[in-house]
Amino acid sequence: MKKALLAVVGTVVLAAAAVVYTVAARPSPAEPAKVEHLSLAPGQLFFRSTKTGNVGVVPLANPSAAPKFSDLKCDRFAVSGTTGMCLAVRPGTLPAVSDFSVLDRNLTTTHKDYLPGTPSRARVSPDGKRVYWTLFVTGDSYAATGFSTRAGVYQLDNGELEKTIEELPVLVDGKRYFSSDVNYWGITFAKDGKRFFSTLGSKGKTYLIEGDYDTYRGKALRENVECPSLSPDETRIAFKKKVGEGVWRLSVLDLKTMHETALAETRSVDDQALWQDDHTILYGLENAVWSVPADGSGAPRKLVDEASSPAVTS
Amino acid sequence: MYIATSRSSDVAAGTERKAGLRRVSANVVALGAVSLVTDISSEMVTAVLPLYLVLGLGLNPLQFGLLDGLYAGATAVVRVLGGHLADRWRRLKAVAGFGYGLSAVCKLGLVAAGSSVAAIGVVLAADRTGKGLRTAPRDALISLSSEPDTLGRSFGVHRAMDTVGAFLGPLVAMAVLALSLGSYTSVFFTSFCIAAIAVMLLVLFVRDHKQEIADRAAVSVRAAFGLLRDRGFRRVAVWAALLGFVTLGDSFVYLVLQRRWDVAATFFPLLPLGTAGIYLVLAVPLGKLADRIGRWPVFLGGHVALVAALIALCGPVSGFWLAALALGLHGVFYAATDGVLMAAAGPLVPADLRATGLAVVQTGQAAARMLSSVLFGLAWTLWDLQPAVLAAAGALAVVALGAAFARPVRK
Repeated sequence: MKKALLAVVGTVVLAAAAVVYTVAARPSPAEPAKVEHLSLAPGQLFFRSTKTGNVGVVPLANPSAAPKFSDLKCDRFAVSGTTGMCLAVRPGTLPAVSDFSVLDRNLTTTHKDYLPGTPSRARVSPDGKRVYWTLFVTGDSYAATGFSTRAGVYQLDNGELEKTIEELPVLVDGKRYFSSDVNYWGITFAKDGKRFFSTLGSKGKTYLIEGDYDTYRGKALRENVECPSLSPDETRIAFKKKVGEGVWRLSVLDLKTMHETALAETRSVDDQALWQDDHTILYGLENAVWSVPADGSGAPRKLVDEASSPAVTS
Repeated sequence: MYIATSRSSDVAAGTERKAGLRRVSANVVALGAVSLVTDISSEMVTAVLPLYLVLGLGLNPLQFGLLDGLYAGATAVVRVLGGHLADRWRRLKAVAGFGYGLSAVCKLGLVAAGSSVAAIGVVLAADRTGKGLRTAPRDALISLSSEPDTLGRSFGVHRAMDTVGAFLGPLVAMAVLALSLGSYTSVFFTSFCIAAIAVMLLVLFVRDHKQEIADRAAVSVRAAFGLLRDRGFRRVAVWAALLGFVTLGDSFVYLVLQRRWDVAATFFPLLPLGTAGIYLVLAVPLGKLADRIGRWPVFLGGHVALVAALIALCGPVSGFWLAALALGLHGVFYAATDGVLMAAAGPLVPADLRATGLAVVQTGQAAARMLSSVLFGLAWTLWDLQPAVLAAAGALAVVALGAAFARPVRK
């Protein structure tokens, strides 16, 4: 009887401790002081506030100006022309589910859908007709806690949703490649809306894949190229080159000569680089958005603090 | 929570008889309750850990492989060590309790580790060590608290309770995440509190099995190895390991199922719940059946169910019914093998070496399964999934047939 009483008291005390801790842990949601209406007018640098998750903006010409914030919350944010894309994980979903929203020039949602996984990358095609993303998905691999990635595309005009491009027929060394552990991450489209690039990961290797979205075929161009990003003049690809376990060097590949240039950022960057123009590359690192010249010269420059996922309107 | 606290005069056997109605001993129920509560705690963490590491800490999933290796490798050796120490010191309860306690403290360690990958790795390895230490003494206690002819039922009851915890864990994790608005540390802290409740239940309600042994030297490392010189025991350990070597790991089963059924990734983590549900329902009936018709036939029957599940996975039917059939058979496999093997092996080991003996059987099986996962992964990449699964099914069928002819356990 005494034991039963002890057990009940102990259980109540411990359960109470758990409840108190849990309720106290609720983050007092940091909100930006003021929320404003933003639009995709040219010459702006958008970013995600790492403090509140809201989308913020500064003038591209003066990034140290005081930022304005929208009420939109995203984990990854991207724009191209007058189309925006917001990828955000739904809080409290187990396993995680992410919403992707297509936004018009006033950052109003025009289409919303959800997919399994947690946000990793998001982009809008140069012609503004497609949005694409990469999500981490758990439990897809045979390591119980392993992750796999899924890259997908949504077409605005006809509503076609390709949840994952892993069924894309690809050639590696001229031969059709088959493997059950194929993962894709980081998609980037050319202006014609057909040609695209992505990274295929399989059996411990990564390949840069060049594909045609209309005929839905692809081929491997090169090994060890991750998260490609095509330059506006479509001659080069910025990417992260793996140089060690969990260490990547931001580099640029010339598509004509296949010559690689390591950029002046020497810290490990785990992001899909963004071309601000043909000469400058933006990326998120250590809670800030940085820029670095695309030709390997110069040095990294911090543009915005407490920020990630840069996007520019030109 | 109902725990039978009736004092039985026969502490050593810990069994109770009521008017010819043979029930499972109070000690087994207490151990089941401890396992149930502990499993809630550990499955909570398992459910949120990947998300925490990637979203909460921003680790790259690739850094994950390192942690995963630590996770899997830590148990094999520790299991035998836990069993041996428990026998040697005659303290099954204390060693099991230490294992439960260590895992509980590790939940706080996760809160303290913050974003250091190295620290998280150490904490996870320690957590697994705790699990490894407690398994054999716990199973030895179940085995020693039951009458030899109801061992199957006892293990069935324990495993069923254990599985209830595994069911509740993810649900509790979701509730905590919802209540704390996505605070992972709250999940870990709650998990610690629940694990601490389990340790308290163990301290209060689980009775140690102490019998005086005349000869302390009998429980030496040599004696432990001497177990393997015993023909009956050796054959069970070897056949269990051989079967483990051709047993397809769970994650592969779910993966094949996902590919055949094209199940939405959102539901993928729910597949194990299908298996667990069947396991839960059948653990006790199959345990009783094993007591009645013999443990080895039921144990092998479970493997036949797995062969059938694998063939079904490669068969012409797909969709929901395939999933239901495959998960059902997979659940039968678990219910007919996991506790039943312990029930079969227990009586072959003298009481004062029970924990050591069970640990040897478990470790052999676990090591063989790890090896088989590596080989299957290799076969998969070389031949593609379907041929690899069929090959696994064939190999399992052949070994099961061999084990049926060998019949290392006569009971």
